[in-house]
Amino acid sequence: MNLSRKLLILVPYSWLVVLFLIPFGIVLKISLSDIALSIPPYTPKLEIFSSSAEWLQYFMALDLENFIFLSEDRLYYVAYLSSLKIASISTLITLLIGYPIAYGMAKSPEHWRPTLIMMVILPFWTSFLIRIYAWMGLLSNEGLLNQFLIWTGIIDGPLIILNTNWAVYIGIVYAYLPFMILPIYASLEKMDVSLVEAAEDLGCSATSAFWLITAPLSKPGIIAGCFLVFIPALGEFVIPSLLGGSDTMMIGKVLWEEFFSNRDWPVASSVAIILLLLLIIPIILFQRNEHKQREVER
Amino acid sequence: MNQSRFSWFNATSLTFGFAFLYLPMLILVIYSFNESRLVTVWAGFSTKWYGKLLQNDAFLDAAWVTLNVGIWSSTIATVLGTMAAYVMVRSGRFLGRELFSGMIYAPLVMPEVITGLALLLFFLAIGLDRGMVTIILAHTTFSMCYVSVVVTSRLITFDQSLEDAALDLGCTPFDAFRSVTLPIIAPAVISGWLLAFTLSLDDLVIASFTSGPSSTTLPIKVYSAVRMGVSPEINALSTLMIGVVTAGVVAFSLASRKIMINRKSDF
Repeated sequence: MNLSRKLLILVPYSWLVVLFLIPFGIVLKISLSDIALSIPPYTPKLEIFSSSAEWLQYFMALDLENFIFLSEDRLYYVAYLSSLKIASISTLITLLIGYPIAYGMAKSPEHWRPTLIMMVILPFWTSFLIRIYAWMGLLSNEGLLNQFLIWTGIIDGPLIILNTNWAVYIGIVYAYLPFMILPIYASLEKMDVSLVEAAEDLGCSATSAFWLITAPLSKPGIIAGCFLVFIPALGEFVIPSLLGGSDTMMIGKVLWEEFFSNRDWPVASSVAIILLLLLIIPIILFQRNEHKQREVER
Repeated sequence: MNQSRFSWFNATSLTFGFAFLYLPMLILVIYSFNESRLVTVWAGFSTKWYGKLLQNDAFLDAAWVTLNVGIWSSTIATVLGTMAAYVMVRSGRFLGRELFSGMIYAPLVMPEVITGLALLLFFLAIGLDRGMVTIILAHTTFSMCYVSVVVTSRLITFDQSLEDAALDLGCTPFDAFRSVTLPIIAPAVISGWLLAFTLSLDDLVIASFTSGPSSTTLPIKVYSAVRMGVSPEINALSTLMIGVVTAGVVAFSLASRKIMINRKSDF
């Protein structure tokens, strides 16, 4: 192995070790420490160059206290469950809205498709914060949505949507819709249309041909899309913080408040570790799905 | 199946779908030209909020910090991400390859609150003062992974024999990379840079954890203003940001389409 090749590997490698791996080690370490009224607000502290006795003493002082605290306090329990619930429901709604759009795109005239794809991707390039902010004005009590609904006579008084979980659902669906549309579109687009034609020739109705052929063949896209929405939605902070109410419990928000408002670093770190554990399962399933897909295509 | 025009069902779902995606932002843009301070009542056309925005020093300072962080972090991330992609595709086996690819993919799925928290605790542990440098380091770390994914997908489809030919003809590996590989993967490198740049401009959570009191970025500023409620000044700022990004993305995709067409006509 020559020098330049070594350098090529070493530079990005060490960057990631220093700024990604080591920081996580620190989170894990602090999650096992106790809160203290000092700066930084936790004990025990450890210098890298300590004697072996100090190391031993250090590890003796670590315990799972914060995790026991998390499991005993209902607040965190509720926050995890409600994050799971909000993320699953919004993923389902995103699928129901995203599928017809992806289907429409895949069945559109071919020269239209690049423009349509571009139109789906474009919102992704605009600021996430601004896209969520746009809904704050729309959903408020005197906002345009309520004005419109009252004008059409559907409702008499304003619906309270902003600062409830409904607004959080709308925000997640809106923000992550492109992530659902694109993989479903990709799997529908490469589907062989003649299969559906054959089914229809053999007497299938259009609806049953869809359920028997199109839907199963687009399953990989559906699975990928659902993971791409579910995984970021679970740890979401901006949406519950701006659109949700004080009773909207999501784990990203709890972690933020634990850190910035309560300044309880050990508990914030433990919350982070548990959120990671929750995420590992869907991430592994997602990777397995992607891997299987690649094998099939080969 | 008729592919030359839209069926009514597809036309409806596309219309509603794109209305849902674009109407909120369109309304936001329209109301930035509203005369009234109330964002929900239309009181006539005015550009006064843009004037107010340009006189607001706090926003201008934050915009300057954001731009600096964006340019530095995306440039470093592009270099590191391209190197990482090159290593992943070309280097074959080396010690800790699995760990390396894990570290490249993990930041893509990591919740921002965790990345932010981890980096903040790290900066405190090594005693680095929080400021522009720490935000740049943080942004570089997560966006280099995005760059690496974009560049990897281009490198995989690239014919390696071209590079081998250059080496056989006496090029040094670096020369071969510069004069053969780089021009071919350039579109991916440029879109990687653009992606890293917009991710950096966009980021609120990681910047909040890693910024110091003297270095507030635009999203942090917007977030603290927005928490108080909707304001026409923020609408004006959002409109400017949407305008810049849209113009940039459209210009880039038109340019790359033109290059593709030119290339095709060369062969």
